[in-house]
Amino acid sequence: MELNPRFRFESFVVGGSNRLAATAARTVAESPGTSYNPLFLYAKSGLGKTHLLQAIGFLALERQGKLRVEYLTLEEFVERYHAAVAAGQIEAFRRSALETDLLLLDDVQFLAEHREMQAELLRVTEALQAAERQIVLTCDRPPGEIADLDERLVTRLSGGLLVDITAPDFETRLAILHRKVTERGADIPRPVLETVAEVGATSVRELIGLVNRLIAFQAVGGGTLTPEAARTLLADELPATPPAARPERAPAAAAPAAEPPDEFASFLSAISTTVAQTVEAWRSRIGEAVLRWQGEGFRTTRLEQLLLSEEIPDVGSALADYATRAEELRRLLDEAMEYDPAAGANAVFHDPDRLEEARAVAERVKAGVEPPPPPSRGLSFAEFIEGKANEAAVRAARAVVAEPGKRFNPLFVTGPSGSGKTHLLHAVGNALMAAHGGAVVACLSAQAFTDELVQAINAGRIEWWRRRFRRADALLLDDVQLLAGRDATQEELFNLFNAFADAEKQLAFSADRLPGQLAGLAPRLTTRFEGGLAVELAPPDRTMRAEMVRRLLATRSVEAEVEAVEYLAARPADSARAVQGLVNRAIARMDPSSETLTVQAARLAIEGRSQRPSQAQAVSAVVPAGLDPVMGSREKVVWDWPGATDRLVEELR
Amino acid sequence: MSLVNFTTREITCKIVYYGPGRSGKTTNLQYVYSQVPNDRKGRMVSLATQTDRTLFFDFLPLDLGTISGFATKFQLYTVPGQVYYNATRKLVLQGADGVVFVADSQVRQLDENIESLQNLQVNILEQGIDARTLPMVLQFNKQDLPRELILSPEELDEALNFRSLQTFPADALHGVGVFETLKGVAADVLRRLSQGGVGARRI
Repeated sequence: MELNPRFRFESFVVGGSNRLAATAARTVAESPGTSYNPLFLYAKSGLGKTHLLQAIGFLALERQGKLRVEYLTLEEFVERYHAAVAAGQIEAFRRSALETDLLLLDDVQFLAEHREMQAELLRVTEALQAAERQIVLTCDRPPGEIADLDERLVTRLSGGLLVDITAPDFETRLAILHRKVTERGADIPRPVLETVAEVGATSVRELIGLVNRLIAFQAVGGGTLTPEAARTLLADELPATPPAARPERAPAAAAPAAEPPDEFASFLSAISTTVAQTVEAWRSRIGEAVLRWQGEGFRTTRLEQLLLSEEIPDVGSALADYATRAEELRRLLDEAMEYDPAAGANAVFHDPDRLEEARAVAERVKAGVEPPPPPSRGLSFAEFIEGKANEAAVRAARAVVAEPGKRFNPLFVTGPSGSGKTHLLHAVGNALMAAHGGAVVACLSAQAFTDELVQAINAGRIEWWRRRFRRADALLLDDVQLLAGRDATQEELFNLFNAFADAEKQLAFSADRLPGQLAGLAPRLTTRFEGGLAVELAPPDRTMRAEMVRRLLATRSVEAEVEAVEYLAARPADSARAVQGLVNRAIARMDPSSETLTVQAARLAIEGRSQRPSQAQAVSAVVPAGLDPVMGSREKVVWDWPGATDRLVEELR
Repeated sequence: MSLVNFTTREITCKIVYYGPGRSGKTTNLQYVYSQVPNDRKGRMVSLATQTDRTLFFDFLPLDLGTISGFATKFQLYTVPGQVYYNATRKLVLQGADGVVFVADSQVRQLDENIESLQNLQVNILEQGIDARTLPMVLQFNKQDLPRELILSPEELDEALNFRSLQTFPADALHGVGVFETLKGVAADVLRRLSQGGVGARRI
């Protein structure tokens, strides 16, 4: 529980009745754990026990900011203990109690009602004393008079310093009255205060009540109070009056009070006091709320500002509004923590003034972990070149898009490197997202999958990692052969697989070989892969290659002769990547001045450089490609004949 | 009815005097009225039959002026005590912030007291209010009658006060205990403010 800033030594009026207590409290605050331990303050209600207790906390914190100071009423102590027992965290409770440097425990007289707590308190007191940590307790009676209190606890509590505070004497009462009147900003003449001080209130709270009445009466009456008026006003409120005597007293009291027995005025004064107290009560309500919310870890600037206002605010709505905001923050925090446990450290979730920011942060957290890499936008079915070699695979992929999770689950795509497995997976992912609005598709390589897992393990966020993937509506994993030997990743994938399969969410994998041939993968995974549909992507045939060349050229905005395209498509290439390589080489060798890729340029690029381009061109011009099987094959033609001089020299040797 | 309005800075308390016929509810109001200084006197509305029995209800508005920045008004009502005016009683009871139950201390009126108290409970319940949260005090009126005719406050307390409410012996005719009762109920009602409640809790 937080300390109330109103309760400090500076605002504590010291008099003969409480001097010892105040001095002891100050000593303890200045050097906790060394002088009087435990310090036990006892006094009747309303004499300043709580004030002193909290003042100790404040002063100790002022002197040594790093001290762990804990102020608790016994009820709270008991509540925490019970909560800890219920949560099975009794050890944590004890640890936390023993880590406190200064434990301030208020109203321990209620120990009589909590016998189970007595043993716990004894344990805490002994441990704190042993560790030279300070404990201060307050009570309305000395330990020996607390009913049913364990004898050991009595001796333990009496072992430090026992100090009592008695009712304030006249001077102290006057000083308190004076301070209270000043605090309220009222102006009441000193003789009146002296009269009130003579009344002999037995507690400070009573004095405050009297001050309230005087202020209220003065406000209603409009004039300045005289000591006589004050005496009359307070005459029937003296604490000594036995309540039973009331009916008889009423007429008797009325007679000497004033000539006309002004019952209405007396009624008005009583009501004024009550209203004044009640209206003042808004401050204490806010104060309580501040303590409560701070205890729950929220910033309470918003409420504290209300306390400073001169006008009486609409406390009910203010508190309700604060509570609504706090609840909303709590909800946002829970939500954010589901995505990212580290979000709890963000201060915006604890400040109701920053609700909007908290909403934005929560959104960001959610967006920040939108399931793992979505499929790459560029790889769609539109760019995928279909042909005989991949007809079956594409048909299966389209079926998966139409009915995800229902027909082929998992879909397993195999094929040699560069045959379009990755493209097909991403195309499926994109199509799923397009066909099922809002569907979350996780599409990534097995390598990235492992890397992310390792990062999550390092950061201690494995649960977050799991949740992140489980949120997805489809999981498409590329190159699963790379998982070979990665046992932890396989284990996670296995669990994810089951979760997805149970929820009828689509799974798709790709690898360079069939599931049964995957080495280093646990059989429980490979058999699951086999349980779906395995389709094979064969190397592209000539027709597909031609289409690929055309598209690749089109994407580079390069025009080409039909022959050049045919030529490139005819080159032996077992993968889309190989075709791409051919096209790139051809384009690189293009004549910069020309916009069209000629077959010669292509040929030159693919088949090597000619020392004599002119001759090569001439020959190739006279030998149309494909005419003569021998001449048609470039490799079988000798292109670089030695010159005549060279030949002569050669022959002369 | 809103007890405290922080926006308009008004405190309005409706206090209903309840009890069996002829127990002295109207007398209570009349005494209060007689004590109000002239400059603050509103108009006491009394709808009585020819035999001086309350026919509908009495209404006494008390304007207490501005207290701690709040315009404070009390509205005192009485209900007709006779059994057959229950509809009126329900009507008057609506929105009450506090109730004074005026019991007739005469021995022979004990049954009427109990019956009226039960009737009050029923009527409160019918309004969907938890009777335990409605501020209420008991007044044992006519304590000035000869001892042999009346029950002592202790006996009445035993018989009627099963909720441990505040009790006030009174002689309304001469004003004894009238303002004490009113102060008592008013304090109860106003104290609810500090507890954060506005009026009685709805069930």
